[in-house]
Amino acid sequence: MTLLLVLSSLLFAEIGLAQIGNVINFTPPRKLVVKPGGGADSALKVELRGGYHVNSNTPSDDYLIPLRLTWNPGSVEAAGTVFPKPEMHKYSFSQGPLSVYTGDFEIVTHFKAAAKAALGPATITGKLRYQACNDHMCLPPKTLDVKLDVEINP
Amino acid sequence: MASCQRTPKPSAVAGSESGDPDGGLKPADKRKPAPNFTLKDASGAAVNLADYKGKVVLVNFWATWCGPCKVEIPWFVEFQDKFKERDFAVLGVSMDDDGWKSVKPYLADHKINYPVVIGNQLISDQYGSVDSLPTSFMVDRQGRIAAIHIGLAEKNEYQDEILKLLDDAKASVDSAARLVVAAVR
Repeated sequence: MTLLLVLSSLLFAEIGLAQIGNVINFTPPRKLVVKPGGGADSALKVELRGGYHVNSNTPSDDYLIPLRLTWNPGSVEAAGTVFPKPEMHKYSFSQGPLSVYTGDFEIVTHFKAAAKAALGPATITGKLRYQACNDHMCLPPKTLDVKLDVEINP
Repeated sequence: MASCQRTPKPSAVAGSESGDPDGGLKPADKRKPAPNFTLKDASGAAVNLADYKGKVVLVNFWATWCGPCKVEIPWFVEFQDKFKERDFAVLGVSMDDDGWKSVKPYLADHKINYPVVIGNQLISDQYGSVDSLPTSFMVDRQGRIAAIHIGLAEKNEYQDEILKLLDDAKASVDSAARLVVAAVR
């Protein structure tokens, strides 16, 4: 199997299909400071490479993969996520406008701390899943790890 | 805006950059063998690329979540119908992560008249890490890659390449026949 892959690599070295990589970058969210029994919002600032779009959290077609931000259980609980209002764009490949995000945008998650939450620092993790396209091609869906530092203060 | 730009074609296959008079087709002596694969179609039947040797084959990597792919699929359905008697075939390779769960309903909703298989990382790697969809490979009758299209291409571009590859093969056969006749005389 390894030999097969090496031979394939050599075979296609000359062809050199373009690898696009991640078209999304995000700024690690600021530390969330919350009181036991209280709540606070955390904004994830997302930057999308120019010319690309991602499907919104409510895509126009059942076949399209929505933007998702999910958080694993931890010292605080995600109590709701607010996505920005989608843009409706018509692309050369689409019959009608598509519900998408482009450029820079923010996804805001509201977190709640339990009344008996342990005081002190903690970290929770999450995943940002997206699927991006430009006007001529699409990239496979990707999932990025997101980390949020939390401080639970009295 | 990059949204108006097409991914640059690899210089190894772009006709205008290589000076190839046949447009997007690589010269025959520069073509590499298409990696063989055996994958199952929706009915469970094995589809082996090597079985298509002697035909011109369009191998199309696509996915149900890929909008531009859905523009091309009706063209391929038309080509399959129009040129199948001339030894042409289309093979669809879906790159949907969840495989038949997404692809079978799509096939049921759309009248796709050519075999579709579910791709995997191995075939993607063998074909040079297929990352952007659609990506299509035009394979000549000798099983060599004659052209690559990354991203949504023009319908006429595909059709011209198919016809040239079919005609080139015919010309080769005619030439060989002439040589045989000359040798017999």
